[in-house]
Amino acid sequence: MGDNIIRGKAFVVGNNIDTDQIIPAQYLNLVPTIKEEYVKLGSYALCGLPDEYETRYMEPDATQSRYSIIVAGTNFGCGSSREHAPISLGAAGCRIVIANSFARIFFRNCIATGEVYPVETDCDLAQRVKTGDEIEVDLDQKTITIIADGTTYAIKELGAVKEVIDAGGIFNYARNSGMIK
Amino acid sequence: MGMTITEKILARAGGRDNVVPGDNIWVNVDVLMTHDVCGPGTIGVFKREFGTDAKVWNKDGVVIIPDHYIFTEDEKCRRNVDVLREFVREQQLPHFYEPGTDSYSGVCHVTLPEKGHIRPGEVLFGTDSHTCTHGALGMFASGIGNTDAGFIMGTGKLLIKVPVMLKFIINGKLPDGVTGKDVILKIIGDLGVDGATYCAMEFAGSAIEAMSVEERMTICNMAIEAGGKSGIIAPDEKTIEYVRARTDRPFTCFFSDADAHYQKVYEYNAEDFESVVALPFSPDNVKTAKDAGDIKIDRAYIGSCTGGKLTDFMFAAKILKGRKVKVDTFLVPSTVEVEDALSKVSIEGKTLIDIFREAGCIDPAPPSCAACLGGPIDTFGRCNNGEVCVSTTNRNFPGRMGSKDSRTILASPYTAAASALTGHLTDPRCYLK
Ligand code: SF4
Repeated sequence: MGDNIIRGKAFVVGNNIDTDQIIPAQYLNLVPTIKEEYVKLGSYALCGLPDEYETRYMEPDATQSRYSIIVAGTNFGCGSSREHAPISLGAAGCRIVIANSFARIFFRNCIATGEVYPVETDCDLAQRVKTGDEIEVDLDQKTITIIADGTTYAIKELGAVKEVIDAGGIFNYARNSGMIK
Repeated sequence: MGMTITEKILARAGGRDNVVPGDNIWVNVDVLMTHDVCGPGTIGVFKREFGTDAKVWNKDGVVIIPDHYIFTEDEKCRRNVDVLREFVREQQLPHFYEPGTDSYSGVCHVTLPEKGHIRPGEVLFGTDSHTCTHGALGMFASGIGNTDAGFIMGTGKLLIKVPVMLKFIINGKLPDGVTGKDVILKIIGDLGVDGATYCAMEFAGSAIEAMSVEERMTICNMAIEAGGKSGIIAPDEKTIEYVRARTDRPFTCFFSDADAHYQKVYEYNAEDFESVVALPFSPDNVKTAKDAGDIKIDRAYIGSCTGGKLTDFMFAAKILKGRKVKVDTFLVPSTVEVEDALSKVSIEGKTLIDIFREAGCIDPAPPSCAACLGGPIDTFGRCNNGEVCVSTTNRNFPGRMGSKDSRTILASPYTAAASALTGHLTDPRCYLK
């Protein structure tokens, strides 16, 4: 998944952001393994968020978001198994989602695809930062720093899946361990 | 120490004597299911990783069921079905339920058991989160994404973490008019939408034993709405009879040991359950139908893998018989088999389809997922504006059934039908003698 220090602008969302809000069902006709459709998926990332979100994750007609870090509450990515969800975020330029917790299939799809880094924290980061704030995540030190005031918070250990992430997804992991050629 | 049914199935699939929650194990997969939404991406991953002339690990283990976007003019949706068709031909896959032909069936989670692909003791992964439905027949079944599915397609294996075990014991007799849908909504309301994340939810007790196989499927179907990795119910005579009527394959039944360990055991009295609904915008926003307040509805929707099986239509018909609906009432049988049964099965001498017609329901659409997940703009029953829809489906997140302005209220078929009669959210029990 590349560098171990990720710095960028945060986009802040609430609890239980489900996959229909990340990528609404009408765009599931796009096939992520086709290059142009991958880009298109990115352009719709988080477009299902209710209108209360005045700042949109994607500007109209943009293919890249200004926010490379998503900060969420609990149960991010609940709902469907659509891999289109982490893929649309990855295609839009999101590198990392920091949440208090993730729904299982979304988390797994992040790991399997290597599209975005799913990181959990116990701190109420979504309360401490607002959309547009600059933050830095250091995956080696396991810290999150809010640039404006320099405060740091811990991220949780990834546990056994770290090996899969470090290998770059399930295919590389299986190749490294000799399970497949 | 003893093991749960889930642990026993995973141990067998992993070639081990035992497993405990948290173990990361490679399991051998018996069946991989994919559909038109995730199939093309899965095939893309499979070819990218294993090469363009790679062959699937076991032709008989791959089941392809296009169901989501079938009756639409949307070009890309049609293209996706073409991708599946081409792959099936190239790989010579025997289990393809092809739209536009006699083999077309409809919603994957009702097709799988109907066509004999579900057998106790086996391991099924599907590129759909409601794959957990099939635990109702005593198997381990869970939803995955395209990349994992592409991996299974080539290897027949997947690396998984053995889930934490939760048990839900429901003893006693459910009140009349209270169904499996009410039971699972109540449990989701108690647990919250992430209350069972990473857990296997096992359902047991005399109320579960008294349920039909289809009603048990409704319960396990919504395990994912509490975040569950799987739902499961021990097989019994009803399970075996159901499976035997549909496949000759041998299978093994597993049962939880009396001293199996659960992280938590929840006990419920069946008598305490009531007709409940989940109000927008979350499946855990659960209220009893009678206390939800006076909520006007614009339409009712009976369909999906959760609420579009034959028993669901029978429940609805009991309420609608001899009465008239006040709002648009959409019916979408989940499969062709269910659609056919609507004109064969009758209640007090009248077929279900006649009951629905006389009640003023809109003629049923052909089987598919239809508006359960919104879908393309021309989808039957899709909420294109700010409608309030009482629905037998499983999710009511913002925009789930179409427009972000629409609102979905999840309910049992009884409650959906009763609400269709009054135009307001209604506890169905006043219509049951
Ligand atoms: S009916 Fe609804 S929940 Fe079931 S598989 Fe189709 S879209 Fe998913």
